[in-house]
Amino acid sequence: MELSILTLCYLVGSVTFIIGLKMLSNPSSARNGNLLAAAGMTIAIIGTIFLYEEDGKKLGNYPWIFGGILIGGIIGTLAAKKVKMTAMPEMVSMFNGMGGACAALISAVEFDHIYQANKTLDFGNMADFIPAGHYLTIIAGAIIGSVSFAGSMIAWGKLSGKIKDMSFSGQHIVNLLVLLLVLVAGVFTYQYNVGFSHILFYTTVALALLYGVFFVMPIGGADMPVVISLLNSFTGVAAACGGFLYNNKVMLTGGILVGAAGTLLTILMCKAMNRSLKNVLIGSFGGSTASG
Amino acid sequence: MEAILAWIADNQQMIYIVILMIFVGIEVIGHVPSVLHTPLMSGANAIHGVVIIGAIIVMGKAEPHNYVALILGFLAVVVGTLNVVGGFVVTDRMLEMFKGKKKSSK
Repeated sequence: MELSILTLCYLVGSVTFIIGLKMLSNPSSARNGNLLAAAGMTIAIIGTIFLYEEDGKKLGNYPWIFGGILIGGIIGTLAAKKVKMTAMPEMVSMFNGMGGACAALISAVEFDHIYQANKTLDFGNMADFIPAGHYLTIIAGAIIGSVSFAGSMIAWGKLSGKIKDMSFSGQHIVNLLVLLLVLVAGVFTYQYNVGFSHILFYTTVALALLYGVFFVMPIGGADMPVVISLLNSFTGVAAACGGFLYNNKVMLTGGILVGAAGTLLTILMCKAMNRSLKNVLIGSFGGSTASG
Repeated sequence: MEAILAWIADNQQMIYIVILMIFVGIEVIGHVPSVLHTPLMSGANAIHGVVIIGAIIVMGKAEPHNYVALILGFLAVVVGTLNVVGGFVVTDRMLEMFKGKKKSSK
């Protein structure tokens, strides 16, 4: 019975996200839309804390959970209330990075869980213990979350003037190489024996962080909102990976919804600036971006 | 190949949701006026804060003596909450400003 109430909570959450997003795209209802989505989120979170159970076991560690929510809530509210109006976009970027970090951390814990359970079997490959689909959602969450986190932090630094634009010739080739390395490391983590895959997993995460930095570094400050929007949709996809991992519908709906809407929004923002997305992402090389 | 098919069969419902949500996401914000781009981005940012649910689950499942899981999970809950709470509050402030501007221009 309790579980079905939780399902209802998640259903309410998913629907409020969709309606909230719809209302957000209309000036007269935007504010209510935001509040509606927030209400849905609250229901989903409270439902998870008190009703979620796996194999008949409820969640534990309540002091840690409430402590974390309290700390995050206070810092978040204060930061969001105090920020100057002109500094809003960088604040959004920062919060977006936090979401990405959250997704990456979830993947790290889940990976550690698998590793701890199997590490005594030193000669087996990761592939022998977990199904490919399950591993894929973990590693995808880790990679996308890390890229989003590192990228958002750089975007935040750039908007607040702490980090300067930096690009060197052939950077997009370096970027592609790093991305390739990330994918290779991700595949090797699955194929190697369990004892070593632990190190490989963290290598993958580190490379993904590096890619996030390289990805945003050369993009000009004026194009930052577009990049933040793109990273926003990345984080959405990372959240959806978590949804797959736990078979959790509200995470999946919220994540994919933001992933799709964020991608479209990125394109719309580019159009509003009279530029193409490709132009924003690679146009900055060589320093002749002014004409677009 | 078999593994992929098995995975699709296992996650059939989820895959349907993914596909439908892609269309809903695109459809829902299709006609957004450009003044609302930034608030919408911010609102969407707050919505993907649902990852916090995953963080809560990870935290709640952690063994009491597995400190790696406890610490990483705790961090995940903190940053996830930052994303949700900060995201919604910032969006609200943005829209508040927006409303004031609109009134004064009328």
